[in-house]
Amino acid sequence: MAQGWLQIGIFIAVLVALTKPAGVYMARVFTNQRVFLTPVLGPIERSACRALRVRPEQEGQDWKAYARSLVVFSLLFWVALYLILRTQGIQPFNPQGFHSGPWDLSFNTSSSFVTNTNWQYYGGETTLTYFAQMAGLAVQNFVSAAVGIAVVVALIRGIVARSGREIGNFWGDLIRILLYVLLPISIIGALFLVSQGVIQNLGHYAAIHTLAGGTQTLAGGPVASQEAIKELGTNGGGFFNVNSAMPFENPNGLTNFVEMLLILVIPAGLTYTYGRMVGSQRQGWAIFSAMFVLFVGGVVVVYLAEQHGTPAQHLAGLHTHAFDGSPGGNMEGKEQRFGIAGSSLWTAVTTVTSCGAVNAAFESLTGLGGAVPFVNLSFSEVVFGGVGAGLYTMLLYVLLAVFIGGLMVGRTPEYLGKKIQAREIKLVSLGVLFTPLVVLLSSGVASATTLGKRSLYAGVNPQGFSETLYAYLSQANNNGSAWAGYTGFVQPHAPGNVGSYGISFADLLGGFVLIGARFVPILFVLAVAGALADKKVSPAGLGTMRTDNPTFVFLLVGVVVLVGALTFFSAILLGPVTQSLTTRLF
Amino acid sequence: MRRDLLNSLIAVVVLTVALGLAYPLAITGIAQLVFPGKANGSKVSLGGRTVGSSLIGQDFEGKPAYFQSRPSATEYAADATFFSNVGPDSVEGREEVRGNLAAYLKLNKPYDKSLRKAQVPVDAVTNSASGVDPHISEANARIQAHRVAAVRGLPPAKVNELISAHTDGRSLGVLGEPGVDVLQLNIALEEEAPLRARGKARRAPFATEKERPQR
Repeated sequence: MAQGWLQIGIFIAVLVALTKPAGVYMARVFTNQRVFLTPVLGPIERSACRALRVRPEQEGQDWKAYARSLVVFSLLFWVALYLILRTQGIQPFNPQGFHSGPWDLSFNTSSSFVTNTNWQYYGGETTLTYFAQMAGLAVQNFVSAAVGIAVVVALIRGIVARSGREIGNFWGDLIRILLYVLLPISIIGALFLVSQGVIQNLGHYAAIHTLAGGTQTLAGGPVASQEAIKELGTNGGGFFNVNSAMPFENPNGLTNFVEMLLILVIPAGLTYTYGRMVGSQRQGWAIFSAMFVLFVGGVVVVYLAEQHGTPAQHLAGLHTHAFDGSPGGNMEGKEQRFGIAGSSLWTAVTTVTSCGAVNAAFESLTGLGGAVPFVNLSFSEVVFGGVGAGLYTMLLYVLLAVFIGGLMVGRTPEYLGKKIQAREIKLVSLGVLFTPLVVLLSSGVASATTLGKRSLYAGVNPQGFSETLYAYLSQANNNGSAWAGYTGFVQPHAPGNVGSYGISFADLLGGFVLIGARFVPILFVLAVAGALADKKVSPAGLGTMRTDNPTFVFLLVGVVVLVGALTFFSAILLGPVTQSLTTRLF
Repeated sequence: MRRDLLNSLIAVVVLTVALGLAYPLAITGIAQLVFPGKANGSKVSLGGRTVGSSLIGQDFEGKPAYFQSRPSATEYAADATFFSNVGPDSVEGREEVRGNLAAYLKLNKPYDKSLRKAQVPVDAVTNSASGVDPHISEANARIQAHRVAAVRGLPPAKVNELISAHTDGRSLGVLGEPGVDVLQLNIALEEEAPLRARGKARRAPFATEKERPQR
């Protein structure tokens, strides 16, 4: 295991080292300063602004205007994506001749990609044209990520605003985030991935006579260009059904490492950006530390659990210990080239962020190892979280912690010189509690009625309950990873959509959960930004509670864990905890 | 509101063209120019005939003259992938591992009398994630080497040498897990001692239906 810990240690070290440069760069982009790419991208930025007739620096929006632009923009993109998914038959770049998917599945998929979730009931290589993957899904990978980052930038502006109501210009933010952050890194990432063996072509699938005299069909597609932004934007929707476990998406240990870094670099960097924009790097590192503690805890648990093997394997007489030439552990649903360490680390990375791309089968994780994704999602994706979304949700928790801390010491709570009053705390509480409520209600309906039963793979038992709970937990937190047995799509003649149909209940409930749990909290966050922007700054006094020291980090971690545990503990008991406490088979 | 609608409409069109067509097509163009082999699936050939991709595992079940890939829930489909979704405490999972274990021992024990259940590496009897995992663990390959050497009439040292030559180490010496590339190894075996050239061995690689591992 020493070798595995070494890999995990190297990854964490590189991540910490990247946090500052990434954070500094993004802070310069968000505050309209020159960066080294300005000479190249400046002209493009100016023509984009002209096309949208905006002058971002002169035309600040208040929170309502910002929210309106964001919602209208996302709505229109939802419609565009739905139309693309429903007109596959007449599209170019369709060498396999795929037809359109069913309406309910397309509803779920559109909702999933517009919300940065990338929950997938479909399998990409068996249902989607290259055109739909590129012009539909990959575009959303960029755009929904940019929307998430824009919201956190607006919130930060609200926190630092000295007076007034303006929190920035949505269109200006959108253009700069896409142009200076997401696109350049994606181009470099995509070319790197191709150099390692990730495919990038538009050809027909290749039928091959195999060495042993059988046949095999090798899928094709513009995979690398999609893979890069899929990780960078914490989207997670694989080109292939098995996502980053597919060698054509993730061919070796190095690509695995780089893809994990792409997932975390923006969420981690944003904490530094935050410190820089509020004028105190310690504030940023405090938030980073709280996230870091929860992240590392998850990695350790999942790695130890997966190295142990499963009850089913042990009862079958298999020895799962490591020995010379074999890494041992629970290799069911894992790839040899990543091993237990590379799969476990990825599992933690993809669930602390709202990425949701997987390189191993979650449904085949051990009981305790599988509890880690559950717990990470129960924390409402604040441990680094989705690009932008992680930090803005964490900032709600920061305000909550400040409020609770203020109650303890008996003073009006203040954060960075701004008084936190009834209005803000109401908005914060609604923003924090909305997503968990949606999860409990939707998974409750799906489990308690017979409607959810058709989606189950494992049957009516703890594993089946885990499938259901995770499905709605993942969709509500805009993560997108899955206990993949749970389904909302039936495809009798794979590959192709002939005769396929969606399971309307799972598709529609999921679709509404996705949209609600993404945009309602965003509205609350923007409202908080608006409320804070309007407040005067009072200088910190002796009695002001500090928010940049270990005590506060401890308080913040405590609040996150407590809210998550109080909301989800009983539900998680019924699934993964039951499974990890018994060696009984179901 | 009208301004938002108009801007959104422009943005949808412009961004779809720029990010949905220009970006992936430009990457495709560069990839096809600079890395044509990799961009098109890292195909490998034997005697001028394309026999697969070096990144994608293949089915060698029932052919003891070849190294066997890891079990696959998808019958090694590279155009319709899915997970096995076998749970950690499912009866089905126990039965599957039990069956795979028995089949592995039955296949290899005649050639390696000292082989015990406790020595069977986990990767040999569990489904991979992708269903097309190109690798097996080194321990798995060393066990199978006894069988392959005997069936092909090659000296075991030669087979073990080929295994070492086709083991992909960790990336940069540290990232990931080493693995033996099964297809490349089997291609090397064919080049070393072609089955088809020797009449006697012709029948050997094709086991009877009864010998196929029960899955």
